[in-house]
Amino acid sequence: MTMREQIEAAAARYPDQRSAIMPALVIAQREHGHLPGPVLEEVADILGVERMWVYELATFYTLFHTEPVGLFHLQLCDNVSCMLCRAEDLLRHLEEVLEIKKGGTTPDGLFTLSTVECLGACEMAPVMQVGNDYHGNLDVVRIDALLESLRAMARQVETVEPAAVRSPGK
Amino acid sequence: MFEPVLLKNIDVPDSHLLSTYEAGGGYQALAKALREYSPDDVIELVKQSNLRGRGGAGFPTGLKWSFVPKQAGKPKYLCCNADEGEPGTFKDRIIMERDPHQLIEGLALSAYAIGADTAYVYIRGEYVTAIRRLEQAIAQAREKSYIGANVLGSDFKFTVHVHCGAGAYICGEETAMLESLEGKRAQPRLKPPFPAVAGLYSSPTVINNVETLACVPHIVMRGPAWFRGIGPDRSPGPKLYCLSGQVRKPGLYELPMGIALRELVEEHAGGPLPGRRIKAVIPGGVSAPVIPEDGLEVGMDFDSLAAAGSMLGSAGVVVIDDSTCMVKVSTRIVEFFHHESCGKCTPCREGLNWAVKVLRRIETGEGEPGDLEQLEMLCKGIFGNTFCALGDGAAMGLRAALKHFRDEFVAHIEERRCPFH
Repeated sequence: MTMREQIEAAAARYPDQRSAIMPALVIAQREHGHLPGPVLEEVADILGVERMWVYELATFYTLFHTEPVGLFHLQLCDNVSCMLCRAEDLLRHLEEVLEIKKGGTTPDGLFTLSTVECLGACEMAPVMQVGNDYHGNLDVVRIDALLESLRAMARQVETVEPAAVRSPGK
Repeated sequence: MFEPVLLKNIDVPDSHLLSTYEAGGGYQALAKALREYSPDDVIELVKQSNLRGRGGAGFPTGLKWSFVPKQAGKPKYLCCNADEGEPGTFKDRIIMERDPHQLIEGLALSAYAIGADTAYVYIRGEYVTAIRRLEQAIAQAREKSYIGANVLGSDFKFTVHVHCGAGAYICGEETAMLESLEGKRAQPRLKPPFPAVAGLYSSPTVINNVETLACVPHIVMRGPAWFRGIGPDRSPGPKLYCLSGQVRKPGLYELPMGIALRELVEEHAGGPLPGRRIKAVIPGGVSAPVIPEDGLEVGMDFDSLAAAGSMLGSAGVVVIDDSTCMVKVSTRIVEFFHHESCGKCTPCREGLNWAVKVLRRIETGEGEPGDLEQLEMLCKGIFGNTFCALGDGAAMGLRAALKHFRDEFVAHIEERRCPFH
């Protein structure tokens, strides 16, 4: 289905089109990787709602990205349960091995590194979300193995355009 | 002997499939209700059970349902709050990932009771597996007529939609969740009117937590007396406790409401890590005031914890051992609330920003005399003066840390460093 068809199908679940803005943004982000202005305007036009309504949601909710993110978005939880299980050590390690600071993207466009508020998986703290997947009970060894598996996955993709590629599974 | 019911299926292979749920007696409560009970009967059963909402506030569920006007002249809605974002909490995720039909049966029974034919499950966007499994389960339930146009051949029609959140803790506040469902920024609404009268699309709306709804099939099947027979009279029933932090066996535990916090942490969750001793426990997610080690005899129920100066909240139990700096923990908690403040009201938006700045400088050894008094002043300015409970949660937690672990805050200021580093 096209993006328009997906959005129209999602909108059918609500008596008010405005309710469909968030589902539509999820679909649009999955299609485009992030949500630049023209995409937000397209979403508004498909739903027939005020463009400002779409802009205000895209900038309020943290899962929507108005700026590009890397092929793999590493979202490390550093809230209390993960902090107690040494998430900050993992952040330092990730910054060191990826040679970027929190919030940055590697020059090859492969990894964006973020910290996030609670992922709701505190039983396997420290935990990180990459695309659709949770990785728990992390330590430095597991982090390194995960990064290597992600790099191997990326090598299977013929071309990776820096900071403009789609986040897997998003 | 306590018999788990909410988690009884989760370790069964393919626990998320309809066939597994049916094999364990699933959807028999729905069939029984449609066969034997009127909607008012179901409300009465839930009232008699004394089920109190598992989302944090502990409001009596049957009473909430009875507030819905019988003749509203508008559609009625059921909203499931599955936006589980309270740090330390993961119980609803486990139910949705591993036993989604239990939630769907609870939704169907609750909708039947209040006269709703549409439910929205507002689920946090990070829970991708739970979203996928819930959507699969909804499709399976529809195929077998557990939901749909004529549920199990009756006149009851019922549709469930999944609505994904996008990363905002405030959506756990029920009116903010309604705003978000209506496609707006999630900012709380003034109450009254309460959602039961004017909720989603200004229609009568009941909002219940995942765990609350999962209790309903068991109440219908086993009767309210069975439910009331578990735990304290005023807060009965089975309860899901989320154990995390510095403890040997973190995980989700189903035990009676009212179990002693010490028994929960030291026996069921295995106690502190080797060589460490417990210093403090947050009993109900980070909104709940911290309890020092000598207070762990408290019962894990709404009233006992309130009497002890804390709260059950989401039952997200976070264990903190003696290696950990409480200033650091407090700073991280207030940073969380500051980050998640929706910005609607000044005490929360500005007060938490100010508190974070003071806490950060204390933590890094740059604290000044008077900082603790300033934090107390900020707590006083925030608590009770905010639009919703988010600011209250931050202020209560900080107050408790200042009360119970004041010596650590003082040491940071006097020694101009963190004594734990």
